[in-house]
Amino acid sequence: MIGLEHYLIVAAALFVIGIFGLFLNRKNIIILLMSIELMLLSVNINFVAFSAFLNDYVGQIFTLFVLTVAAAEAAIGLAILVCFFRNKGSIDVEDVNVMKG
Amino acid sequence: MEMVLLFAPLVGALIAGFGHHIIGDKFAQIVATGFLFLSAILSWVVFLSFDGQTENIQILRWIESGTLVTDWAIRIDRLTAIMLIVVTTVSSLVHLYSLGYMANDEHFGEGESYRPRFFAYLSFFTFTMLMLVTSDNLIQLFFGWEGVGVASYLLIGFYIRKQSAGAAAIKAFVVNRVGDFGFLLGIFAIYYLADSVKFDDIFLIGPELSETELNFLWRDWNAANLIAFLLFVGAMGKSAQLILHTWLPDAMEGPTPVSALIHAATMVTAGVFLICRMSPIMEFAPDTMSFIVFIGASTAFFAASVGLVQNDIKRVIAYSTCSQLGYMFVAAGLGVYSVAMFHLLTHAFFKAMLFLGAGSVIHGMHHEQDMRNFGGLRKKMPYTFWAMMIGTLAITGVGIPLTHYGFAGFLSKDAVIESAYAGTQGGYAFWMLLIAALFTSFYSWRLMFMTFFGSARGQKHTHDHAHESPAVMVIPLAVLAVGAIFSGMVFYKPFFGDHHKVEVFFGIVDKGNSYSSDNGDIGFSLIAPAFAEEVSINNSMKVDTVVDGHKVGGGPNLNDKLGKGAIYMAPGNHVLDDAHHVHWLVKMSPFLAMLLGFLTAWLFYMTKLELPRRVVASNPILYKFLLNKWYFDEVYNVIFVRPTQWLGRILWKLGDGKIIDGALNGIAMGIIPFFTKWAGKMQSGYIFNYAFGMVIGIAVLITWMTIVGSE
Amino acid sequence: MSIAAVAFYAFSMSTLVGGVFTVVSRNPVHSVLWLILSFISAAGLFVLLGAEFVAMLLIIVYVGAVAVLFLFVVMMLDVDFAELKAEMARYLPLGLLIGVVVLIQLMFAFGVWDYSQGYQQRISEVIGNGTNTAELGAIIYDEYILIFQLSGLILLVAMIGAIVLTLRHREDIKRQDVFTQMMRDPKKAMELKDIKPGQGL
Repeated sequence: MIGLEHYLIVAAALFVIGIFGLFLNRKNIIILLMSIELMLLSVNINFVAFSAFLNDYVGQIFTLFVLTVAAAEAAIGLAILVCFFRNKGSIDVEDVNVMKG
Repeated sequence: MEMVLLFAPLVGALIAGFGHHIIGDKFAQIVATGFLFLSAILSWVVFLSFDGQTENIQILRWIESGTLVTDWAIRIDRLTAIMLIVVTTVSSLVHLYSLGYMANDEHFGEGESYRPRFFAYLSFFTFTMLMLVTSDNLIQLFFGWEGVGVASYLLIGFYIRKQSAGAAAIKAFVVNRVGDFGFLLGIFAIYYLADSVKFDDIFLIGPELSETELNFLWRDWNAANLIAFLLFVGAMGKSAQLILHTWLPDAMEGPTPVSALIHAATMVTAGVFLICRMSPIMEFAPDTMSFIVFIGASTAFFAASVGLVQNDIKRVIAYSTCSQLGYMFVAAGLGVYSVAMFHLLTHAFFKAMLFLGAGSVIHGMHHEQDMRNFGGLRKKMPYTFWAMMIGTLAITGVGIPLTHYGFAGFLSKDAVIESAYAGTQGGYAFWMLLIAALFTSFYSWRLMFMTFFGSARGQKHTHDHAHESPAVMVIPLAVLAVGAIFSGMVFYKPFFGDHHKVEVFFGIVDKGNSYSSDNGDIGFSLIAPAFAEEVSINNSMKVDTVVDGHKVGGGPNLNDKLGKGAIYMAPGNHVLDDAHHVHWLVKMSPFLAMLLGFLTAWLFYMTKLELPRRVVASNPILYKFLLNKWYFDEVYNVIFVRPTQWLGRILWKLGDGKIIDGALNGIAMGIIPFFTKWAGKMQSGYIFNYAFGMVIGIAVLITWMTIVGSE
Repeated sequence: MSIAAVAFYAFSMSTLVGGVFTVVSRNPVHSVLWLILSFISAAGLFVLLGAEFVAMLLIIVYVGAVAVLFLFVVMMLDVDFAELKAEMARYLPLGLLIGVVVLIQLMFAFGVWDYSQGYQQRISEVIGNGTNTAELGAIIYDEYILIFQLSGLILLVAMIGAIVLTLRHREDIKRQDVFTQMMRDPKKAMELKDIKPGQGL
């Protein structure tokens, strides 16, 4: 009924939405970080779907680790953002161009 | 013993050059001089004990590459022996002389140690010259050839702070180089045709070479002629013959002992030596021989004419050298190599003495060189005066005519002139040489009169302080004087006098054999064909050979004499004999020329002293022409120097600067930064741009994968 | 249409809608809330797939920790509400195009894909402990213990990093310095003065 492809399509669509969020958003870095979370989520869905349909637990285990890393990355990313905000005073994406050139 | 002879100067050079910090200036010079004297003594021993047999002494293996096999080896034959005594004797005397001359040279600062360097260079020069004369193959000879060029450069440019000295040194080297190029081409041609560079092998292929044709510069040439010509080009450069002569007068920038050693006695004679050494090939190249005669005669005339009007004492003697070298080449070109060597030997003595004497005058007059500031010096410098007098008597050829008694130049120069008459049947060469003799006499006596007689001109202060040179400078003059007086008479017979004696002397024929008809099979002597026919009657091996249209019947093969002896005179070369049978007027002619020159000089510079000025005033163009050395330097400047400089400048500024540097700079500082900036614009710093790029990359990748259909 | 199918469609719609609005929202706080919706829907999807441990983990960690963290930061930073629409309109066409292209390509890929050879051997064994959690535990602590520890280290590093980056030492507040307190010498800290009554100091 609901086959593997359905889940994969959902994951793909979510991934593309996350990508949209990456370069469509110009005003807010936090949106950027959230888009990344969305992409990671889509990957997780992919993993778990495969794990269920292949009867292979490795998919879920990997999901665990992805979760862990995503949390860590979100924390650090936000910490950097806070620092940046302290120095620059704004979280406008177009102001984050210190690495220009 | 020969090895000690050869390497002693090198050892002396090394010790003086590198060790003078340890052993001190004075000792370094004395060591160098001592080694040279050792060499000189040994070379006299070699010369006097030489029995006519060619010796080959191997020192080291050197090249063994296919058919190119050469060793470092010494070849001792008569030619070598003669050159050995010339080189080492003059060199050792010059070393001794320099002990005095180079003291207190004003070109160097206080406490600057320059004298060991000088002696090291002199000894190094002697070593390379000895390598040149004792070599048994062309490569080693060329090594010596180049070595003397280097030493000459170092010595001419010895006064390192003098701009003109450096320029003169470079000029000498470059002009020499032109000659060396021809020489190298000759060596290559010989190797190409003979498959060997050793003299023993080369000497045997002369006849073959005259039959072969060689293609060079889009034309076929007779091989022997071509090779001989190329070798002669090398000799022209080294011995300052007409076209490549421009370096010799400027070489007077070096200290006087250098001029005495290198430009009077040794290096410039290397060219003559080469021609004589390669006589087995020269004999088969008649066209080149004529060319040599022509060039030699022209040089003799040209140099003598320029020497008439020079005012620098050293330049007069330099042009005199150039002229006398022309004499030697005429003799060599005619085929009488022994006469060429004879003149070389005597010339070494009196020219070295003239130079050293001039050096003595210069030293005494506190480095004043312009003869117009001399005058009346014979009371101040008696020894020098007598030495120069003897030298002048020698060079002008004073002697008792129609006999064999006279000063050295009388015998050797007259031998050349007689041979010239005989060889060219009273042609161009003879008249040129005769006129040159006239000029030689004139300017030599002019030098004497202007320097030592008359009233003192120039600065009074210098004349007051003019003094005789110290003993260490006068002794070499005395020794050379002995040579200048007696060498002609002593060596007349072996070099020119008796044909058989010449052959024995040069090892062409063994001592025991005479050319009398009862010893037919060995006595294939190189005399007039008529005589040879008489000889060969007894001979069983009748190989008919045709030489110069005369059938020289019988006798052993031409090649029999080819490898033997130091020089080779082909059958049909009977100049040596004809020279003895010329008309008595011809024999008197040089003496008459000398007398005429002497009287004219006396007239101009002793009695009617205003004559020179009047003659100059009435012939300004001719005077200028002679004074400016026939404008050779100016012509060469326009033809060679300026285009070369222009080419160099173009290649430097345009080729190297604009094109190569421009290309590299254009790439490194133009194109690449352009791309860098363009790529840099991609680094906007905005994350979304980067993410966008990544996404596009993903899209492309997936597209590619779907199209290609990879698994 | 079974319950499973309906649930699937509901959850998946919810996830996608939440994702879209996360990106599109003007108010960052709204964005975070939509993100939370997305997460919870995804957790629901996981439950449907039978991976309840991961689903719960998603809610506890992602929603409970990460999303809340986002919220904290959003509230802490003084952000202006910006006009998103105008900006978006400029880049929307191109981005839309690219996104659609990628999506179509992914569909292609999904249409033709197949399992690779020999995948059966690579699947880990089912131990058959019963619940999903127990199964996972058995495998993690058995085969993947090292990775497990490493992920712990990653978290440690992240924690340290976050603290290091954001810690600010403020000079103008009073803090307790334990060491100074303990080393305080009563004899030097206090001074007893004998005062007569009625007189000041």
